[in-house]
Amino acid sequence: MSDGAGGIGGYIEHHLKNNTLELVEGSSFWTIHLDSVIYTIITAVIFLAFFGYIAKNVKAGVPSRSQNFVEMIIGFVNEQVNDLFHYKSKVVAPLALSIFVWVFLMNFMDLIPVDLLPAGGKLAGIDYMRVVPSTDLNITFGMSFAVILLVMYYNFTKKGPIGYAKEYFGHPFEADNIFFKLLLLVPNMLLNTVETIAKPVSLGLRLFGNLYAGELIFLLIAVFTLGYGLEHLISFGGITMIIAQFLLGLVWALFHILIITLQAFIFMMLSVVYLAQSHDTGH
Amino acid sequence: MSINFTLIIQLVVFLIVVLITMKYIWPVILGAMEEREKQIADGLAATDKAEAELKKAQEEAESILNEAKDQASTVRESANKMATKIKDQAKAEALAEKDRQMAAAVAEIEQEANRAKEDLRKQVSALALAGTEKLLNKEVDSKVHADLLNDLVKEI
Repeated sequence: MSDGAGGIGGYIEHHLKNNTLELVEGSSFWTIHLDSVIYTIITAVIFLAFFGYIAKNVKAGVPSRSQNFVEMIIGFVNEQVNDLFHYKSKVVAPLALSIFVWVFLMNFMDLIPVDLLPAGGKLAGIDYMRVVPSTDLNITFGMSFAVILLVMYYNFTKKGPIGYAKEYFGHPFEADNIFFKLLLLVPNMLLNTVETIAKPVSLGLRLFGNLYAGELIFLLIAVFTLGYGLEHLISFGGITMIIAQFLLGLVWALFHILIITLQAFIFMMLSVVYLAQSHDTGH
Repeated sequence: MSINFTLIIQLVVFLIVVLITMKYIWPVILGAMEEREKQIADGLAATDKAEAELKKAQEEAESILNEAKDQASTVRESANKMATKIKDQAKAEALAEKDRQMAAAVAEIEQEANRAKEDLRKQVSALALAGTEKLLNKEVDSKVHADLLNDLVKEI
């Protein structure tokens, strides 16, 4: 099949290694995943440039084809947000749009052949390159933490510190007299703490997990003909392998189109739901 | 896979992206969409209004047309009446004229006849006179007289 287990392991490991820049020597925290940061910014720029260009040339009359496309996305996001979020906010809908499009673009990097960009990087003298930012836990957590920071900000501003404290210590277990209230204070607090931590972690991990797994499967499919020389490839076994790799890659890529869109959508919807909860002063 | 400073960078970039979207993209495009929605709604309302106006105008035109038709028929009727009247009048006038002219002709003929009679009478008397003169100049001869008288009578 290939050079052996070590070859495959080495190939995959190499692909999963970030290009890092240590800001402080020997510190694992003060390190930057350069590839993730660069690709995340590239996708952000693509998103902002395209949508910004449309916004700059927007006309209320007959829209151009690209404007129509952008309006379709915005209309879709707007509809979803209006369904879930019933409060007035200038932030939530644009946030949902940014998440949806940007995360989709990040995920889309997964559909670019796994070796294409790293091979280009190798030619330019870059050893390690991971091209899918959403397979980096830092990136997904960066976004989910940002969402949760906004959620906390709205918890404090919309409900007030006292209202938020009441909700934090008085829910989900409710009681009428003061004794039981005090008794339930600790379990309520524990549950809410778990929930508060679980929200950003699950949000970030869900996206990361799906995309990481997807990338890993692309890598495993790429392993089929890994290390084959030309004489290997044109043999009967080699051609079988090529066909198998092509078919599997095609099927997985087609299926992955669904996954990347769905994950972007889920990330957006959950963010909107969390933000809606933070605006909910009805308790 | 370790958590590191990348997370903070991504957090900040994310907030910047959201901010840009919020300021420069979302309101602009959604505003245009809403404006178009309004334009279409206005257009539809205008169409409804125009349709109603058209209907009204058509009704108005129809009523005007009917009125004109009525007027035309009355005008035609009165014209017919007038024409008959004029015809009758002309006929009557013509008849009267005929009578008058006839009367005038008759009168003239009578006058002419009278004049002729007068002339005749004059001539007769002149003849009588001439006859008498002749008679007086010649011997009175009854036979001759008779012959003369006969001549006279013949002459008359």
